[in-house]
Amino acid sequence: MHEMSIALAVIDQVEEAAERAGDVTAVRSVRLQVGELAGVVPDALSFSFELACAGTLLEGAALVTETVPGRARCETCAHEWAVGMPPRLTCPRCEGGTTDLLAGRELRIAGVDWEDGPAPAPTREPISEER
Amino acid sequence: MCRTVDLNQAVLARNDGAAHTLRAELAARGTTLVNLLSSPGSGKTALLEHELSLARERSVPVAALTADLATENDAARLARSGASVKQVLTDGLCHLEAGMLARHLEGWLPESTRLLFVENVGNLVCPASYDLGETLRVVLASVTEGEDKPLKYPTAFGLAHLVVVTKTDIAEAVDFDETAFRANVEQVNPGVEVLLTSVRGRQGLGTLLDRALAAADGAAPHRPVMARQGHGHGHDHAHAEHAGVTVASRS
Repeated sequence: MHEMSIALAVIDQVEEAAERAGDVTAVRSVRLQVGELAGVVPDALSFSFELACAGTLLEGAALVTETVPGRARCETCAHEWAVGMPPRLTCPRCEGGTTDLLAGRELRIAGVDWEDGPAPAPTREPISEER
Repeated sequence: MCRTVDLNQAVLARNDGAAHTLRAELAARGTTLVNLLSSPGSGKTALLEHELSLARERSVPVAALTADLATENDAARLARSGASVKQVLTDGLCHLEAGMLARHLEGWLPESTRLLFVENVGNLVCPASYDLGETLRVVLASVTEGEDKPLKYPTAFGLAHLVVVTKTDIAEAVDFDETAFRANVEQVNPGVEVLLTSVRGRQGLGTLLDRALAAADGAAPHRPVMARQGHGHGHDHAHAEHAGVTVASRS
């Protein structure tokens, strides 16, 4: 199971991006695009991600995974199709020619939601004795 | 303040960057990396042992690095060929990564090495996602594993530059259906060559070495459909990506 390595890579990159941004105090969610052909199991990744986030800036962050379906296009007859799983990468219409993969291999961090800026100063409630 | 930030970065950008660097460094010293992937027990080590011996007979400088979760048995077997061999223990990690491989090669890889074979951890799932800086990725399956293996592990077979069938000497005994196997390979990786081999039957051993040497001589390897996607994570553009960060304030 390499989902733990993938989860660690995601955390590393988000932490680096947060460091570059400078004043990030917490990461709320991470949006990930996972292609059907990326060879990653989203459930295993969520499980690993939750464990690996403990003690980091991402502790408690939600992992929002968008699955990207595999799509291919035949260079010979221009037919486009959903490749399915297991994928069919030969053209179902003309059986020949060259296939281009249009989508399905994504394994990308699309973006994050994070908290930044100085923590708001707590508004002090007057204490009754002070009046 | 909660902000939504677009990062748009490949998750494996760091590995891909390290692979890109390693490929360039190896090319500069005249070394070509061949990455061998298969399930445990498919015969990677036996085949590699014979490839190393054959390479030495032909005076081709070869070296091999073999990765396992535990034991140094494979290195001991490969060393019988007389080639330079290194065992890497991954301590439970299911795959090699490019940066890790580069560190293991440092100070060990003999300067004159023409072909460097890397025997990946026996596993058809995880190693498939990691470019190691190879020029030739060879995916093996033995005749005992079933004709549908390419469909069960489409990422591994789909990204292969060459598919090798091992143990063909027992194909008949286990009813291996070569036509069905080839059709399944073609479905996930149209146009890739399928090479039949047997260590005991001395089949295909020289051809495999010829393919590795052709890659070392600069012959363009097969381009798998799965590696042809122009964005996201593909092996065609193995450089690290650091897209600009755009910030949209949400609250």
